[in-house]
Amino acid sequence: MSEFKIVGKPVPRHDAWAKVTGELKYADDFSLPGMLFAKVLRSKYPAAKIIFINIAKAEQLDGVRAILTAKDVPHNETVTKFGQNTDVGKGFEGLYRVLADKKVRFMGEAVALVAAETEEIAEEALDLIEVKYEPLPGVFNPVEAMKSGAYLVGEGNTNIIGEFGTGQGDVKKGFTEAGIVIEDTYKVPFVDHAYLEPEAGISWIDDYGILTIRASTQVIEHFRDVADVLGLPHNKVRYIGTMMGGGFGGKEDITVETYLALLTWKTKKPVRLVYTREESILCHSKRHPFVMKYKVGAKKDGKLVALDAELISDAGAYPYLSPWVTLYATVNAAGPYCIPNVKVKSYCVLTNNTFTSANRGFGAPQPNFAYESIMDELSHKLNIDPLEIRSKNCLTTGKALATTGQVFKTYVALPEVAEKAWKALGEPAVCKDEDRKIGRGLAIGLMSYGRMTFLHDSSRCYVKLESDGSVLIRSGIPDLGGGQISLLCQIVAEELGVPMSQVKIYHSDTALTPLAGTTTATRQTYMSGNATLKAAREIKNRILKKAAEILNVNADADKLDILNQEIFVIYDKTQSIPLAKVVSACNSDGIELFCEAQFNAPYSVVPDLSNIRGMTFPDFTFGAQAVEIAVDTETGQVEILKLITCYDVGKAVNPLSVEGQMEGGSIYGMGYALTEEVILEKGITMTPSFAEYIIPTAADVPDVKAILVESGGGLGPYGAKGIGEPSCSIIAPAISNAIYDAIGIRIKSLPANPEKIIRALKKDYFKK
Amino acid sequence: MEEYKIELTVNDKKISGVAKPEESLLKFLRRNGFTEVKCGCEKGECGSCTVILNKKAVKSCIVLALQANHKEVWTVKGMEKLKLGRKLQESFVNHGAIQCGFCTAGMILTAKDYMEKNPIPDREEIKKAISGNLCRCTGYKKIVDAIYDVAVENKK
Repeated sequence: MSEFKIVGKPVPRHDAWAKVTGELKYADDFSLPGMLFAKVLRSKYPAAKIIFINIAKAEQLDGVRAILTAKDVPHNETVTKFGQNTDVGKGFEGLYRVLADKKVRFMGEAVALVAAETEEIAEEALDLIEVKYEPLPGVFNPVEAMKSGAYLVGEGNTNIIGEFGTGQGDVKKGFTEAGIVIEDTYKVPFVDHAYLEPEAGISWIDDYGILTIRASTQVIEHFRDVADVLGLPHNKVRYIGTMMGGGFGGKEDITVETYLALLTWKTKKPVRLVYTREESILCHSKRHPFVMKYKVGAKKDGKLVALDAELISDAGAYPYLSPWVTLYATVNAAGPYCIPNVKVKSYCVLTNNTFTSANRGFGAPQPNFAYESIMDELSHKLNIDPLEIRSKNCLTTGKALATTGQVFKTYVALPEVAEKAWKALGEPAVCKDEDRKIGRGLAIGLMSYGRMTFLHDSSRCYVKLESDGSVLIRSGIPDLGGGQISLLCQIVAEELGVPMSQVKIYHSDTALTPLAGTTTATRQTYMSGNATLKAAREIKNRILKKAAEILNVNADADKLDILNQEIFVIYDKTQSIPLAKVVSACNSDGIELFCEAQFNAPYSVVPDLSNIRGMTFPDFTFGAQAVEIAVDTETGQVEILKLITCYDVGKAVNPLSVEGQMEGGSIYGMGYALTEEVILEKGITMTPSFAEYIIPTAADVPDVKAILVESGGGLGPYGAKGIGEPSCSIIAPAISNAIYDAIGIRIKSLPANPEKIIRALKKDYFKK
Repeated sequence: MEEYKIELTVNDKKISGVAKPEESLLKFLRRNGFTEVKCGCEKGECGSCTVILNKKAVKSCIVLALQANHKEVWTVKGMEKLKLGRKLQESFVNHGAIQCGFCTAGMILTAKDYMEKNPIPDREEIKKAISGNLCRCTGYKKIVDAIYDVAVENKK
């Protein structure tokens, strides 16, 4: 490969100008003639029997066009699918219920749908629907919900919906060899994605009777699920994905789409549904709270010998992706460490809390907080430097994951990233204020990119060279805002030697673009990047072969290249020919200048869930984060003074986007560490707006310093690794470890908010 | 329900329409085709709906449409016409300060409004100035970079 022309360069994204000028149409910016407005009636109780629903009064309201309850839904209960083509069985797939029927399981569960001529009428109609509930006790704590005799959230005979195990060696024996054993329980809260664009979409029936949904979603493959709910053939439902105003996993499950589909199908009219912010916080998925019991043993020299962990995740009221998230956590439970004796057991449990599902990190940040806090404990108790204890124990190339035994065949950037992050903190801050204590913290971690290998993941992409030398791409890829789509344009521009401005992509349409799979699991650079590269290179080979013929040079493609739509001979640049001319020649000869390519991830079989061993993910991304903070011991406020994020990203195809992920991920995780918590009191959300649910503002954040290691060892195009989710998964323990360093208080339950810190400091004014 | 006719200038163009007394400026603008004004919370907490109203950045979800009667409104679509607005747009693009883009309009308008009053702010001043506009994607670093770069330009 000659030198890169566009790959690796900080090029503006293809969508940047449309966003900065306000031209881009998001999901709720779209209107159609005769459009109706939808609203959802939601349960007021977290656990209750529905005695009856009376819609008579609401139906009589002028302007109301449809009211639907569970009995109106053709297939109200189906199975949760997430775009996978393979059947992965009962261990993962659970009940998907469109509208509450007989029983409600969480506050905010959808009970009825209304479509009306205006939003105001739809809202008024909600008030006129009479629902008689009989409140039930419910259960709100996963540990309680596991006990026999606990209130049953669903219709089954247990609240446990997933159980996983993994490990190696003999932990009992391992602990006998330990010179020090640390045992502790760590807890993490419910977290909201807090994307700025609430869930939104519009639906209509096209000229040929196709039910079409244009929505903000990470998974356009849900067209199949919507078709199943309506009892339609899959090819009669079409999804068009919009550029999302953020997703972070929260738009991975179906949000508005099924409701839209049902109302459009009933009324035969276009329908729009947009959630309010309050509705978004109350009713869409949350990050899983976990209760994590850890026991870790090490020798006096700091060498780890045994780890025993029990993880309990709160699935909330419906399964959604909870078993999958819990599996991720299980595999990640021992972190990036070599430990000879490991036992991990985890449970995923239904409660009457808001349901939980995917949230950036997907089960990686939770155990990371636990094991990195414990590594810090060990470091202090054994008086070994935080970097040294990690260097002593971390995975390196060729070693295997201590849980599943998956071997790392490509470069493992440990302890390299840890050294770089720790060193980059530089000289310690000096603080003369006695109430302000300075501290430093380090954490390392790993997270997979690409879906679980037993899902048999694939992505497709279509590339076509136009007769003037411009290029067209078709890919089903959804874009969260991470630059997923622009990346494909960049790859094609690189390979076919055309400027980015000459590449046009059509995306996220289940009818017209080849399916590229979900924008989840940090998989698009890896999966769709490879599919696009494959298609572009196929076309490149064809075109260069023809060019060699015309130029009468040796036909080896590596003797020729394309730059700025001009094909030239590498060893003699005076010999060249415009790309368009060669395209024309190919067209005359009937040589195909389009290609639809598919990239397949490595496959594995569904593991034995009680003892998960071997490959479960294609590969992992390794990173480290280091912070310097100041704790105000009067107010409990933590200020982040320096924040370093260092990851091996393999190859930064667009450094601006990769840095953007690393900076944004750090601050996303900083919120998790310090302020963010969806507080639920007996299933009732106490934090339904940004006034109570506090995400970081510009005034709260340091200038994140991102250090990119580019080992080229990734499985993506040009050796790239995924970074989207790994980027946010390590920062929380780095911050809590810094708090310990500053004031000697170990935060074992996130977030480390001022109240917790002040209480832990046992200030006088709390003694009363 | 009573409706009132209002007239206002949006991006230097006169428009008129009817609004109910309780309708927010945000809803009025979006209903009249100015969908570049984004709705993120409708409670004045996120800043996505920021517009410039009579030379002051406001959150249009907590301003009534009737309050904008006979006033001048600028949205991000009008920024191309204005020197500082255009500079900020360019700087946001070149610095990769845009991810999902949902906060971008509000950020640019807040930054423009602030820099009219303080053309050469330092990074800390910028952070404070935009702290009423939430961004969930970028971690703010590249947004501050983009605005600061315009400040540096202004200094020359």
